[in-house]
Amino acid sequence: MLEHNQHIQQKISEKFGEAVYNFEESYNTLHFEADKDINLKILNFLKSEESLQFNFLTDLCGIHYPDNKGKELAVVYNLHNIAKNIRIRFKVYTDITLPEVYTATSIYATANWLERETFDFYGIIFVGHPNLKRIMNVEEMDYFPLRKEYPLEDQSRTDKDDEMFGRQIMQRPMIN
Amino acid sequence: MSQPHHIILPEGSIEKTTTTLNLGPTHPATHGVFQNILELDGERIVSAEQTVGYIHRAFEKIAEHRNLYQITTLTDRLNYCSGPLNNMGWHLTCEKLLQVQTPKRVDYLRIIIMELARISDHLICNSIVGVDSGAFTGFLYVMQYRELIYEIYDEICGSRITTNIGRIGGFERDFNDIAFTKIQKFLDEYPAVLQEFENLFTRNRIFVDRLVGAGPISAERALNYGFTGPNLRAAGVDYDVRVVSPYSSYEEFDFTVPIGSTGDCYDRFLVRNQEMWQSLSIIKQAMNKLADLKGKDATMFHADVPEYYLPEKQDVYTKMEQMIWHFKIIYGEINMPKGEVYHSIEAANGELGYYLISDGGRSPYRLHFRRPCFIYYQAFEELVKGGLLSDAVIVMSSLNLIAGEMDA
Amino acid sequence: MRPVKYNVHVKPLENDISMAEMPEGHQGEGFFATQLSSVIGLARKNSLWPLPFATSCCGIEFMATMASTYDFGRFGSERVGFSPRQCDLLMVMGTIAKKMGPVLKQVYIQMAEPRWVMAVGACASSGGIFDTYSVLQGIDQIIPVDVYVSGCPPRPESIIDGLLNIQDLVGKESLRRRNSNEYKALLESYGIQ
Repeated sequence: MLEHNQHIQQKISEKFGEAVYNFEESYNTLHFEADKDINLKILNFLKSEESLQFNFLTDLCGIHYPDNKGKELAVVYNLHNIAKNIRIRFKVYTDITLPEVYTATSIYATANWLERETFDFYGIIFVGHPNLKRIMNVEEMDYFPLRKEYPLEDQSRTDKDDEMFGRQIMQRPMIN
Repeated sequence: MSQPHHIILPEGSIEKTTTTLNLGPTHPATHGVFQNILELDGERIVSAEQTVGYIHRAFEKIAEHRNLYQITTLTDRLNYCSGPLNNMGWHLTCEKLLQVQTPKRVDYLRIIIMELARISDHLICNSIVGVDSGAFTGFLYVMQYRELIYEIYDEICGSRITTNIGRIGGFERDFNDIAFTKIQKFLDEYPAVLQEFENLFTRNRIFVDRLVGAGPISAERALNYGFTGPNLRAAGVDYDVRVVSPYSSYEEFDFTVPIGSTGDCYDRFLVRNQEMWQSLSIIKQAMNKLADLKGKDATMFHADVPEYYLPEKQDVYTKMEQMIWHFKIIYGEINMPKGEVYHSIEAANGELGYYLISDGGRSPYRLHFRRPCFIYYQAFEELVKGGLLSDAVIVMSSLNLIAGEMDA
Repeated sequence: MRPVKYNVHVKPLENDISMAEMPEGHQGEGFFATQLSSVIGLARKNSLWPLPFATSCCGIEFMATMASTYDFGRFGSERVGFSPRQCDLLMVMGTIAKKMGPVLKQVYIQMAEPRWVMAVGACASSGGIFDTYSVLQGIDQIIPVDVYVSGCPPRPESIIDGLLNIQDLVGKESLRRRNSNEYKALLESYGIQ
């Protein structure tokens, strides 16, 4: 593991102990997972700690793991220390029946629309978000399209033969 | 016959002292489909609310159903003003995941293409700033030189906008002599054009008055809002992905990163203009470096990745192994390595990132695009608040908002 | 190796001013008699006012079509208007998402008759490569279309070809078409009265 990554891991472990786990390094980037309740504390710590200074939220997105029972939805934070050019990434998982995660908008203004997008695609509710409503799709949409069980294709088309094109058909009734 | 119904005024609208103005989604000043609902007090903007998603095409969902090489076609529809940049970014991401080393010639050719794309993007943005401030001449003048760039693309890949240039590991074919002649022609002709363009605008009193002080942002706020690219540099932060984490051999090139100070429209305009000069110099350097390559390096236009690089068509018809690879690639029967990779490049609008999660299957488990445009458009309200309505239009065009990139 | 050619074919003009062709009719000294419809068709087709409804990539190609090199104005469509009330040719360029659909329909309804619609590019014509939950699978699901232009995006030449096809339609259109029952039924099928 690279030296600066070791340092980051040590700092975080010191502060949060067991609540942060699964440290891993791939392609020179450190990533780890954490409990969803402390996501804001971690972000705050990473941003304000003197030797870390992750002052730039590069990206935030959701992921759906349908087979991961109790931890179906994940939110990924990609952070960047611009001055030293160090990137890290961390994930928090949440249950699909109660997909609530605290919003990061107060720490990074970037998170505002990215969280709205994640809500739109995966239905993750960001608690405390100033304006949590759909951003890409129409308000009337009653499902979260990027969840794995929903098909990609437009359901109104009849001219494409399903067998030939391998099209998915919406099986389940659309329930929130 | 339906009964005529009277207009119902919302509660409190009689006493309301501000005006609501709807800018978009098909307003001529928006140059793309997004909506701004502005609350105006006279001509001052009190608040603004942006709505996006009018051309949401579900790229991320499509990507979960496609092979790596098929996703290239999606990427050039992100920021369609500079398609090749997005293509290259995607190839570099795949190469990072697959840990492919590209030959030097590929790197240089890529740099030429990427910088040409950057020029064409900045050219559109800056000339549109001109159009919005009432100077149509600049736009009509430079558009004919953008055609030269499109002709170069045309020569390399056969398409003008949605280029789909390159493959994972390199290029589908080497650039031919005509392509190089056209690049040289562009390099010879373009400096004079850019100079003339700058003469038209940079010190033009009307233009300067319209732009200076419109939509400023401080460096700190810009970072907080996730600004990248020319818009961040205009605010005074010298963050350029090409410099901080060089890809495709950018570390060998000598160029400066122009920065502004106030982050207003005029600074953004100047930064973009300066970047075009830098891009020209980079292309020249790349041409020289290409000429200096010797031996095998001088002819290799792709890396050896048979699992992802389509074999030559004539070999597919005549050789067994090549034919097998061809089928495996086209039918998508190749499992990619497991892993999570984030790779970003300096696209025309800023840091364009690809966050790719592979579960070892044939298509990505999840692919997220970090679209610079989507991220910095959030700051629009803060940029225009307190300004004039006419400033809002200029701010929009000088931010270079590309709806395709915004909505993905 | 084929010779290098750039976009600089200087072709001498046959005449300084190119004139539209005269419709069929009778003429003698000081008079010319023809059908009213062909005169109106002639006027309409050579002075179409396009409304560019550009959403994505095809819009950038339209920009090139409009600008100096290809110069759309040569075909009588110099005046690109952005107000649906004034324009008679709706050019839909680019992907129309389901969120955008109602806006497009509204724009179409606001246009005065006679109006023509051109679907430029694969997305506007059929949804193109975006067979997804959020994209309208062709604008002909919500408004009637006169000419489809293929390509993703079409080259400027194709867009010009599409315009020439529209001009052909416009020039030959009967004056009564917009009042006919077929036309009313067509609009009715789209829910526009």
